[in-house]
Amino acid sequence: MIHKYKNNGYNIVLDVCSGSVHVVDDCVYDLLDIAAELHEKFDRFSVMDLLGAVSLKCQTPEGSAKYSVYGTQEISEAAEEITQLIAEGMLFTPDTYEDSLVDYKKRQTVVKALCLHISHDCNLACKYCFAEEGEYHGRRELMTPEVGKKALDFLVANSGNRRNLEVDFFGGEPLMNWDTVVELVRYGRELEKTHDKNFRFTLTTNGTLLKEDMFDFINAEMDNVVLSIDGRKEINDLMRPHRGGQGSYDEIVPKYLKFAEARKKNERDSYYVRGTYTRNNLDFAEDVKHLADLGFDQISVEPVVASPEDDYALRDEDIPGLLEEYDKLAKLYLDYRKAGKPFNFFHFMIDLEGGPCVYKRLSGCGSGTEYLAVTPWGDLYPCHQFVGNEDFLLGNVYDGIRRNDIVDEFKCCNVYAKPECRDCFARFYCSGGCAANAYNFHGSITDVYELGCKLQRKRIECAIMIKAALADIEEGDMEK
Amino acid sequence: MKKHIKTLNTRDLKKSAVKGGCGECQTSCQSACKTSCTVGNQTCEKFK
Repeated sequence: MIHKYKNNGYNIVLDVCSGSVHVVDDCVYDLLDIAAELHEKFDRFSVMDLLGAVSLKCQTPEGSAKYSVYGTQEISEAAEEITQLIAEGMLFTPDTYEDSLVDYKKRQTVVKALCLHISHDCNLACKYCFAEEGEYHGRRELMTPEVGKKALDFLVANSGNRRNLEVDFFGGEPLMNWDTVVELVRYGRELEKTHDKNFRFTLTTNGTLLKEDMFDFINAEMDNVVLSIDGRKEINDLMRPHRGGQGSYDEIVPKYLKFAEARKKNERDSYYVRGTYTRNNLDFAEDVKHLADLGFDQISVEPVVASPEDDYALRDEDIPGLLEEYDKLAKLYLDYRKAGKPFNFFHFMIDLEGGPCVYKRLSGCGSGTEYLAVTPWGDLYPCHQFVGNEDFLLGNVYDGIRRNDIVDEFKCCNVYAKPECRDCFARFYCSGGCAANAYNFHGSITDVYELGCKLQRKRIECAIMIKAALADIEEGDMEK
Repeated sequence: MKKHIKTLNTRDLKKSAVKGGCGECQTSCQSACKTSCTVGNQTCEKFK
């Protein structure tokens, strides 16, 4: 299967199952339509077969109009190069992974990441919060150090030979329970020594309680820090107010700027300013630009996931405009890079050369198996988005997993279990999408959240185009 | 060197099926998103 598209002046061809990416001229781009038809009919075909098919096509008015613009030699060369790539295993590569991969239900999984709900309470009242202002449809509560330590013990005990373990301090607002965060990090460092593990901690915060005297600890201990902000002041304050209604922008921006500056000097320098866009800011590229202009260079702004009845929810009719907005953002990304003001946009990051192996790409996000969420009182759920839904209560950190039937269901949740993913070019980049979104919209974790898929596909197209453009820049072709 | 096609450097997924699957990599939601699933942007632990 191939996926070809035009973006920002580039003709891009993705060979889905080998992961090869080709930038082609118009002649090859058009000839690939005929090559794809031949590939559908025959396992193999030669240059002569392809050229013969082109001649036949040219006997129709549409074919003649499409292919007569190219010279005979150009078509011959293009056909030669196409068949060469097929022979090299870089075009029309068959999907052979389903048969060769292990039986998903029988595979042994270990827990390697926990989302610790260190605080089911929040001092903001963000309107789109899936945690219901921190409470997750339940009660306000802070995790005690005792529960947190049990959670880390549980993680170590269930991690098998995995050395790298991840723990995200999440909420609600984790800084409402800062002392426990500090205590748990120190406990984790002790466990590293006794069990030969490497903890990678992440902190997600709304920034309101962030203080400069926390910076040293955070920078020394957190592998990643996620700082929530939606972008422009009016956009941020509309959706991210305090409980009393006043906005949070003016309070958090100076703190984030100081933090980002301190973070850059640190060995652990990964952070993101992370926003959510809604129907209120369909022009979200302006929010990314605003964050970049403020001086942040690690930016993530992501689509809201909301019930259709919410007035800020994205609608199907918004999609064409949103796709254009991603194109606009991709151009902005390149313009800023060329101007010496580069920023990273999380959803345009793609690692073509050193990305994950195909096992990782097929096996889903890991929720319910490798990745679990822990409530303040120690209950275990498949991920943070399932917290509060008792149907998905897996067990707790004291007794371990009691609902292996649910774990088995998540084990089998991979791209081959989702009919919609089988023919999707993006399946090796999104790994089948978010199980929670699929469940929330369709009641099944093996379904898909279509709106999210459409945006995901566009982001992947943009990300690959950016790689092509950066390759040009490296070669000194600044004209494109 | 091809005249009509420029191929970007990519990891061959077929080859990754032979020696992959160590599981040391980051879980998908532990980065920035928490509301979607993205794996293509991650880096294999062996390439770090």
